[in-house]
Amino acid sequence: MPATDDVQKAQRFREAALPHLDDVYTLARYLLRDASDAEDAVQECYLRALKHFDSYRGPAMKPWLFAILRNVCNAEYARRAHRPTPIEDTPGAAEQTPLWQETEANPETEVLRSRDAGAIRKLIDTLAEPFKETFVLREINNLSYREIAEAVGVPVGTVMSRLARARAMLRAAWMAGEEQAR
Amino acid sequence: MTCDEARILLHALLDNELDAGHAREVEAHVAGCPNCTVELAAQREMQRVLADTNLRYTAPASLRSRIEASLPQAQRQQPSRRAVLRGFAMGSAVSALAASGVVAVVLRQDDQQRILSEVVSAHLRSLQAGHLTDVVSTDQHTVKPWFNGKLDVAPPVIDLTAQGFTLVGGRLDYIDARAIGAVVYKRRQHVINLFVSQTASTEHRPPKTQSMQGFNCRRWGDRGLNFWAVSDLGADELAEFVDKFDAAMKANVEG
Repeated sequence: MPATDDVQKAQRFREAALPHLDDVYTLARYLLRDASDAEDAVQECYLRALKHFDSYRGPAMKPWLFAILRNVCNAEYARRAHRPTPIEDTPGAAEQTPLWQETEANPETEVLRSRDAGAIRKLIDTLAEPFKETFVLREINNLSYREIAEAVGVPVGTVMSRLARARAMLRAAWMAGEEQAR
Repeated sequence: MTCDEARILLHALLDNELDAGHAREVEAHVAGCPNCTVELAAQREMQRVLADTNLRYTAPASLRSRIEASLPQAQRQQPSRRAVLRGFAMGSAVSALAASGVVAVVLRQDDQQRILSEVVSAHLRSLQAGHLTDVVSTDQHTVKPWFNGKLDVAPPVIDLTAQGFTLVGGRLDYIDARAIGAVVYKRRQHVINLFVSQTASTEHRPPKTQSMQGFNCRRWGDRGLNFWAVSDLGADELAEFVDKFDAAMKANVEG
C-alpha cells in the first residue's frame, strides 16, 4: 500500500534528517542573518529533502541537506530585491584582499582575547558570502573539506583557498577590533 | 614550497586534512620560515578560541514541531490503521469492499490533517513582514487578473468591504507541493488568508471548522474548487466571512 510506504519513508527520513536540524538551522542563520527567514528556509529545505529522499543515495546526510538549503537560500536572496547576493564566486573586493599581511613588526603571536559568542558571530557575518559559507561549514558545522566541496559543488582546492582567505579575513577583523578596544 | 602555498596548506594541516607526505612538507616549510611560523601559531590560536565558543544556533522547538507536523505521521496512527486492515483482511469479500472505503477515509483524513497543517504554516508565513501579498489592491478587478497565467485555476476574488471584510490583495503560495492562490482579507487587524486550489470533485462540500495552533481554519469545496479560510479570528466571525463569501460567489455566478 503506497500510503504505508509513505509513512515508512517518512519514518526513515525522520531518523536520518531530523537529528541535523540544529546544524541546518545554524547554517541558515549565518547565510540569511535573520531568524524568521532562517526558519522558513529550513522548513522548505526539509520539505524538499523529503520529496527527494527517494533519490538520496548517501553516504553523508549533512552535506546533502546543506546543498538543498543552499538552493533555498539562493531563492531567498533572489527574493530579497534589496540584497541580491547569490552565493557564487564573484571576483570582488574580498578576492583582492591580501591573504596575509607582513607581521615582521611584531613577530610574537598576539594572543586573541576571548570574545563572547555574539561578538564572534558578528565578525563572521562581516565575511563575504562564499568565504563565510565555507568557514561556517568547516568551523561550526564540522564538515570535512570533501563534504564541503560536495555541499557547495566546488573542487576541494577551492574549498581550501576560500577557507584560508576566510580565516585570514576573520583574524584581521578580530585584530582590528582588539586595536579599537585598546 | 612557497609561502603562498603554505598559507593555504597550513589550514589543511590544522584541520588534519593533509596526508603524511604533504603534512611533512608544510611543517618543513613552516620550520624554516618565521612568517609562516607566526601565521600557523596565530591560526592555531584562533581555532582554539573558536572551538571554545559555542557559535551554533539551536532550532526553535516550534520549527521542529512544524517540520514534524509536515511529515506523514506514523507512530500513533499506524498501529490502529494496521489493526483496522487486519480486521478486514479476515472478513468476507463484502467487508473487504467496505474496507477499501474505510481505508480511503482513514487515509484522506490523514492527508487532510497534513494539508491543514500546511495551510496553517502558510498562513503563519504570510504574517511575517513583507510576505502577506504579492499584489496589493483593494480592487477585485486588479487582484483577479493578477492570478492569470500563474495558476491552473482562477481564484474567485470578491470584494467584501461592504460586508466588513476588506480585500487586501493576493499572493501565490504552496500547499501540498502545488502552487495555489491566496486571497487576503482583513477584518480590523485580523488577517484572513483564503486559499483556493483546484480539485477533481465538483460536489459541494459544506464548510467545516477545525483549529490548529490557535488558528481557525474553515474548509469547504464548491464547483471544482477547494477553499481554506484561515485566521486568528474567532470561529463565529470566520464562519460569517465564509457565509458572506459563499453568498457573494453564488450571487456572482447567478448574476
